[in-house]
Amino acid sequence: MTGAKAIVECLKKENVEVIFGYPGGVVLPLCDALYDSGIKFILTRHEQAAAHAADGYARSSGKVGVCLATSGPGSTNLVTGIATAYMDSIPIVAITGQVATNLIGNDAFQEVDTTGITRPITKHNYLIKNIDELPTTFKEAFYIARTGKPGPVLIDIPVDVQRAEIEFHYPEKIEIRSYKPVFNGHPLQIEKALSLISTSKKPLILAGGGVISANASKELRMFVEKTQIPVALTMMGLGSFPTEHKLHLGMVGMHGTVYGNNAIMETDVLIAAGCRFDDRITGKISAFAPKAKIIHIDIDPASIGKNVPVNVPIVGDVKIVLEQFVNNAPEINIIEWLEKISEWKQKYPLTYKNTDGLKPQFVIETISELTGGDAIITTEVGQNQMWTAQYYKFKNPRTFISSGGLGTMGFGFPAAIGAQVANKDKVVIDIAGDGSIQMNIQELSTAVAEKIPVKVIILNNGCLGMVRQWQELFYKKRYAFTCLKGKQPDFVKVAEAYGAVGYRVIKKEDLKKTLVKAFSHKEGPVFVDCIVEPEENVFPMVPAGASLKEMIGGLA
Amino acid sequence: MATKDSHIISVTVENKSGVLARIAGLFSARGYNIDSLAVAETEDPTVSRMSIVVSGDEKILEQIYKQLNKLIDVIKVQDLTAEDHIERELVLLKVSTASSSVRNEIVQMVNIFRAKIVDVSRKSLTIELVGSRAKVDAMIDLMKTFGIKEITRTGRIAICRDNNKEK
Repeated sequence: MTGAKAIVECLKKENVEVIFGYPGGVVLPLCDALYDSGIKFILTRHEQAAAHAADGYARSSGKVGVCLATSGPGSTNLVTGIATAYMDSIPIVAITGQVATNLIGNDAFQEVDTTGITRPITKHNYLIKNIDELPTTFKEAFYIARTGKPGPVLIDIPVDVQRAEIEFHYPEKIEIRSYKPVFNGHPLQIEKALSLISTSKKPLILAGGGVISANASKELRMFVEKTQIPVALTMMGLGSFPTEHKLHLGMVGMHGTVYGNNAIMETDVLIAAGCRFDDRITGKISAFAPKAKIIHIDIDPASIGKNVPVNVPIVGDVKIVLEQFVNNAPEINIIEWLEKISEWKQKYPLTYKNTDGLKPQFVIETISELTGGDAIITTEVGQNQMWTAQYYKFKNPRTFISSGGLGTMGFGFPAAIGAQVANKDKVVIDIAGDGSIQMNIQELSTAVAEKIPVKVIILNNGCLGMVRQWQELFYKKRYAFTCLKGKQPDFVKVAEAYGAVGYRVIKKEDLKKTLVKAFSHKEGPVFVDCIVEPEENVFPMVPAGASLKEMIGGLA
Repeated sequence: MATKDSHIISVTVENKSGVLARIAGLFSARGYNIDSLAVAETEDPTVSRMSIVVSGDEKILEQIYKQLNKLIDVIKVQDLTAEDHIERELVLLKVSTASSSVRNEIVQMVNIFRAKIVDVSRKSLTIELVGSRAKVDAMIDLMKTFGIKEITRTGRIAICRDNNKEK
């Protein structure tokens, strides 16, 4: 069979059901083979969106997402999406076409060095120059993407390789001598960790995105039920532990809860599971968890000790290690600590001034209430993302989908499309800002064409809110390049122009009924343009580089 | 002088195209310095060995070690500085020879250092020297008095000593 047909067979062997992509010159053989292959092809309107959709598909389902683009601009347009997936350790396989092997290096039409460009933003990448390597390469790519610390893998395939003939045989097993992820935590380290926990008076768990990617929420819950140790979350960890649980301390870090950040400052043993101590979590490193001995569980040895010194490193799969923790959970008495924490929770709840105007926090709270905390929520980046993280009451893992590491505006809408494709029966909502929605607004066309009923809630404050907030607080209210008021399109009309439904909410009292109407719409995408109060800020806030105890707002 | 911070790391990698770029890219992306790098095929033609000399404190070295290991094409990373090892560097030195007396003096030095003269011209001598970094540096320093026209160094390579103790 041809290389292109062989690729389709490889994808079928990997149980790929859907590909997000965009055709072009050097992927014509592959597109032709996919045309009647039975694998669903979703044509996005920009390659970046194809990568984000594959990413949203992967985050919401736990499966590997697949995207496809042609050479040159096709592959460079994927770059932001691949980097987004890389920073958040999301398993996607990106397939790109390349100019024919005899033209590589000749500055041919639509030629770029795709593997060179994507080297630092992929877990691994391949250029298939020889058709015989094709099946093994696909087998390796999917294996590498989903195992260990997951991540994007790119396969670049010249057009002549897609046309070449191969006798297809897919390897059953794969053995990569230089890639052997560790899954089981070292028993001695686990023993050390548990004995440290047993002496602790103020233990705290910090759960990150690794808990979700390892599917370890159940084990986390069991460990918490057994020990009563409270749980703080990184943004990427949201959903790994139910918000309404009494031991849930919310998100910590720059826009974390006061009680969560206080707990970090006071804990004597911090059990970090599947997080990498990003600067948005730690604030000033030297002042982070100053009283704590730190236990760090992570599948990636390089994440351990990179930012924060660790006392007990445990390299391993978070699910397996937490299982080992559950089986040997120490009995501890931490009543005083729990009392202190509930005192903080009562004294310093997340709060905002609920006026007669339409507040963005109120919009999120209403969405949370209407969906019972069980919708899949994607966000863009900025204030919309932080308010969602603070006010949506997540119940389940893989329901909060947001670009944490790279902070990619324009991520939420295509990611929501991917998530909806993977979860047909769920309500999928993108919470957007009026700035970020315009970074991939063309995907309205994709969602309309494919009848994907994603709901986009635009928190329209007429400005690039988070940057504006920093300007207000740290740049003497000089609002350089952040005001969009009066320069924005009419989002309702934009939606309608694409053949979608658009609503606008101006008054607080209209919000609920409009959202109900929007959520019940099943035939295609809906935009809800919520004109919110423009000067609202995200609080509490720890200024960049400051200690977590230096919080602005939220203490009243 | 070899500083305390200078480490020689031996990295065995898949002998494939693009691997050198992955390693070099990792160092530049994370802001680590490469002092020298030598690479060639090993006894197994599917494997290459890179000898990388880097400088940095303990924390940086730990990260270099871990980040290298994270690359899919890296088979093994070993910090040889921590072990009993042999280190060599080869240098080719082109030295000006203005007069015959100078020429004699240089030949004497070459003998003392057990180096070799590999090319002679009317105006210069080309010397080949193999040795530890300290020896190479000492030779270069001495030759400066005569006027060095050109230097090319391989960078350090190293290999572990075998342990004679039976296991």
